[in-house]
Amino acid sequence: MVGGLFIIITSQNYLKKVVGLAIFQTAVFVFFVSLAKVLDGTAPILTKMANAYSNPLPHVLILTAIVVGVATSALGLALVLQIYKNYETIEEKEIESLELKSDK
Amino acid sequence: MFDIFLDDAPALVVVLPLLISAIIAFMPSKIWPWIISIITLLLHLFLSLHLLKEISVSGLIIYEFGNWEPPWGISFKIDGVNIGLQLLFSIFVLVSTFYSRKIFLNEIDYRDSGKAYSLWLLAVGSLNGIILTNDIFNLFVFLEISALASISLIALGAGQNRKALLAAFNYLIIGAIGATFYVIGVGFAYAMTGTLNMNDLVIQLAQYSDGQLAIFAGMSFMLIGLMVKAAIFPVHIWLPPAYSYAPSAVSTLLAALATKTILYFFVRLLYEVFIIYPSYLSLFLDFVLYPLSLLAIFIGTVIAIYQDDIKKLLAFSSIAQIGYITLAFSLKDHSGVASGFVHIFNHALIKGGLFMAVGYFAILYKDRVTLNSLKGFGYKYPITSFALLICGLSLIGLPLTNGFISKLYLFQALYTNQMYFSIALVAVSSALAVVYFWKIVEQMWFSEIKFKSEKEDAYIYLPIWIVTISIIVFGIYSTPIIEFSNLSADYLISGYQN
Repeated sequence: MVGGLFIIITSQNYLKKVVGLAIFQTAVFVFFVSLAKVLDGTAPILTKMANAYSNPLPHVLILTAIVVGVATSALGLALVLQIYKNYETIEEKEIESLELKSDK
Repeated sequence: MFDIFLDDAPALVVVLPLLISAIIAFMPSKIWPWIISIITLLLHLFLSLHLLKEISVSGLIIYEFGNWEPPWGISFKIDGVNIGLQLLFSIFVLVSTFYSRKIFLNEIDYRDSGKAYSLWLLAVGSLNGIILTNDIFNLFVFLEISALASISLIALGAGQNRKALLAAFNYLIIGAIGATFYVIGVGFAYAMTGTLNMNDLVIQLAQYSDGQLAIFAGMSFMLIGLMVKAAIFPVHIWLPPAYSYAPSAVSTLLAALATKTILYFFVRLLYEVFIIYPSYLSLFLDFVLYPLSLLAIFIGTVIAIYQDDIKKLLAFSSIAQIGYITLAFSLKDHSGVASGFVHIFNHALIKGGLFMAVGYFAILYKDRVTLNSLKGFGYKYPITSFALLICGLSLIGLPLTNGFISKLYLFQALYTNQMYFSIALVAVSSALAVVYFWKIVEQMWFSEIKFKSEKEDAYIYLPIWIVTISIIVFGIYSTPIIEFSNLSADYLISGYQN
């Protein structure tokens, strides 16, 4: 989780920022799934053999969150593509210097 | 025949815009997406009025999706807290959609009009979901739908200025971090209580009356995530570029409603759920929210003075205004929360009106509106300029405008809490608001250049004047806003005093 956040903050490349965001989100998803585990529990299917079940609700929540995450990454990548088309670079520093030039 | 639909009104106000949004997405026509959006939003307003009627009878509606009882199913809750906001939302969205047509025609490719209105309705539906939802995870989903829709809408501004892409990208990254923080918080809360329903959460949290580290960590994560989304001071950096490079119609919608709905949920979470730990709550309000609000008010106003670009100026003034709202909410009593809600209502109207007027100028001027470019606009376009003047005076807080009512209630609330330092700061920052607004007025009416007045487009100035007149009307006859705000505060604060 911290790794993803670190990538977002430190990298100068927009593409890497999107990837960092994806790692950050995935870490949170894993955290949720780990919450669901019940000791000695099995998959929540009603059988006579099992007497403890893992909690299925966090999985369902994360399924939703994954969809949201995919949409976020997709939109992020689409924006990176558009930025590249407009600026011909996706390095933060180069874009900043380009903008400074155009402001003058 | 309508009765079947009316029973499902709480769900329909959210589902209807989302559904229609999918239908109009690929319409190639220039005008039909707009007409369909207007019809949808008229229905939306009708449903909101129906909800108001229901609430005035019963006082509380809990709508269970698929008849799954809470805490298992997702539920929507409508009560005194959010009905006023729902009504304001419905009316303002209709007005700004009416306004948006000519603006979109000028600012984006007409072939994109279907997609733009599809995103527009997506944002409307999901923001409305934030107002109504009673489930903390469901809120995250609505939060992300609204964020993604508004990011795409902001990126549509790229046709005018490519910086819109950078603004949208920054919003995406910062917004997604905020939302993910919120989800971590939800995870902690769920791990400790096993519930996501807000009412049930309160009951379940009560068993840890002495407090648990995991719960405090979760609460902090949730609050920080929401603070990012609501653009409360130190984490506001995504907001000014996003508002200023978005197409003007989009800035209107976002500035007036997007942060307001999230602020509403923020205060609801504080006073309805986290109230269970009064010591944590007062720690957060006194040592985090209160100083940050003061900083936001002061710094937002000062930065606004030095802005040359009018839309940026308005965006920074929004930061300060959000500061006023959070300052009021940090007061922990009835008068504070009520005055916060008063300012949510009034500021939505004021900022909406200002962004509408400036957006129209941007089209007339065919470039970004800077201070210089406004020279002589007061004579050239008198109708819109006069509306801008009234909205601006209201922003400063002159009597006879609704901004005055906000300031009055805020001062009263601060006075009863004996916070004289904040009273002084709010007064100073109001005076500074005069400075930046006067710069605009000076350029518009008192510059050397004089123009003959030109014809203005009634489709655009009509909605602007609807907002402006409502500003004056609520400035003179403020009872409806005060009543709704008091109602909201009654519901929220009753828990605190027990």
